[in-house]
Amino acid sequence: MSQESVNAQAGISLANLEIFASTLETIAKADKDIYAVTSDSRGSGKLVSFGQQLPEQIIEIGIAEQNLVGVAAGLSSMGKKVFAVSPACFLTARALEQIKNDVCYSNNPVKLIGISAGVSYGALGSTHHSLHDFAVMRAIHNITVVAPADNFETAEAIRQAAQAAQPFYIRFGKKVMPLLSEEDKTFVFGKGRVIRKGRHIALIGTGETVYPALEAAGLLQQAGIEATVVSMHTIKPLDTALLASLAQHCEAILTVEEHSVNGGLGEAVASFLLQNQWHKPFKIMGIPDEYTVTGSQNEIFTHYGISASGIEQATLQLLQKY
Amino acid sequence: MTINELQLKSVEYRRKILQYIYHAKAGHTGGSLSIIDILNVLYNRILKVSPENWPSKTRDIYIQSKGHCVEALYVVLADKGFFPEDDLLSLCQYQSPYIGHPTKKIKGMEQNTGGLGHGLSICCGSALAAKKDDSSVKVFTVLGDGEMAEGSNWEAFMFAAHYKLDNLCAVLDYNKLQITAANADVMGLEPLDKKLEAFGWAVKHIDGHDVEALTNAFESLPFEKDKPSFIIAHTVKGKGVSYMENVLKWHHGVPNAEQFEIAMNELV
Ligand SMILES: [Mg+2]
Repeated sequence: MSQESVNAQAGISLANLEIFASTLETIAKADKDIYAVTSDSRGSGKLVSFGQQLPEQIIEIGIAEQNLVGVAAGLSSMGKKVFAVSPACFLTARALEQIKNDVCYSNNPVKLIGISAGVSYGALGSTHHSLHDFAVMRAIHNITVVAPADNFETAEAIRQAAQAAQPFYIRFGKKVMPLLSEEDKTFVFGKGRVIRKGRHIALIGTGETVYPALEAAGLLQQAGIEATVVSMHTIKPLDTALLASLAQHCEAILTVEEHSVNGGLGEAVASFLLQNQWHKPFKIMGIPDEYTVTGSQNEIFTHYGISASGIEQATLQLLQKY
Repeated sequence: MTINELQLKSVEYRRKILQYIYHAKAGHTGGSLSIIDILNVLYNRILKVSPENWPSKTRDIYIQSKGHCVEALYVVLADKGFFPEDDLLSLCQYQSPYIGHPTKKIKGMEQNTGGLGHGLSICCGSALAAKKDDSSVKVFTVLGDGEMAEGSNWEAFMFAAHYKLDNLCAVLDYNKLQITAANADVMGLEPLDKKLEAFGWAVKHIDGHDVEALTNAFESLPFEKDKPSFIIAHTVKGKGVSYMENVLKWHHGVPNAEQFEIAMNELV
């Protein structure tokens, strides 16, 4: 039985970061070609146990993200299955040219793992936030961009990416994430998961914003509003078939992401909708283009309405039912 | 290939570099003429690579970090039979795979390079993978002197020494000029040997146009057990064509008909 199933039965939820680390250790024990490459980040990546159990399969680069990605590309070119693990903020900014050239353009199928993504580092401030990563990764050819929402999605993303012959960017946070669904146990890259169905609004989240969207759907139901909730774990390629279906069956669409409102999930969805003549009430929730408010991840989320009540209110406004 | 044959190859390669650059009306002329003796010796004497078993798991690996001097690499790979030489008539043309930087679209090329300061890190990963596999694969790169200012190179220098990558050899095509001016005026590198030794590399200076010295250096790798090897190859930008040697404008200058004829007359 998988770790997340065991946990679910025991009523345990963990941070996606923990599930990433335990999953990687499990699959690496069975495959000596799997490597974790870290930038002084084995502690923050919860890979201390991995390093103790599999010392030959962890490679320390030191705090040098450009070299981290270049070395990962070289290892990958020799047939190794490489997970390059570093805080999302540094990995996708400092090493962006290495990602673009050495991983994506040269097609070395490194799995780039952005830990403590979005505003997970909260009060440490904007140096440690990654609110740009979806935007930059969306503009680079030959990479799949994934933000798993819960423990199940995280474990599946890691397992499936390990076997994939293409580059991936997978980002998640370190907050404890409850399972979204006990029933739906399918995870396919590029296919959004419909967690709940309703005809008035489609709430499309990704990563750690899906759960507050699901909570908002519960609040909305009390007001007689039926919401569909989608975990759009894959930002690129986007599940346009699902989007078309949502546009057809729901009155309005709202996206919510732990990312700048510029260039992320919301604008990707908007681009699809507009170019396919879907003109619906539409709202992008995320972090606005301003100096991000200071505080913990929860406080930042609440400040910008990325919460059950914030998403509920935004939905009511969008549907003009306030 | 004997030393004498290598010397003749160098002349042939220089003529071809100029022919294809002249035909394309594009290319990095000066640097291709400065790197070519290094590539000549690598591909004709040192590297275990061949088109017949490409990409063999046990091949040696050459990744050109100074990607812009791709014309030199194209000419050598064509000579080794990786692709028909006539393909190079499409150099830098619309929809041609023979672009102005190394590309994996071309048989014999390991990586897509061109952004500076990338090749060495990739080589570090490849060399470490070879060590992990107990493989005898050797890994080589040629760096440009301008790109020595890239911080990523110095991250990689630290890494290679830390992991004792004595299966890795980096060569500096040290022609002392970069696109704007002399290295010494843009961003001084010296004392380079001391810097690299302090970073844990075994360093040798050689004349980068002396194919015998290059051969001897490559055949004596690694210079020290448990250390990566660095060859400071002293070269001349535009080497072999009198009016191009050490003249800045030939960084990516293309000869006109008259200049081309003079060059061909000199390269015999
Ligand atoms: Mg130079």
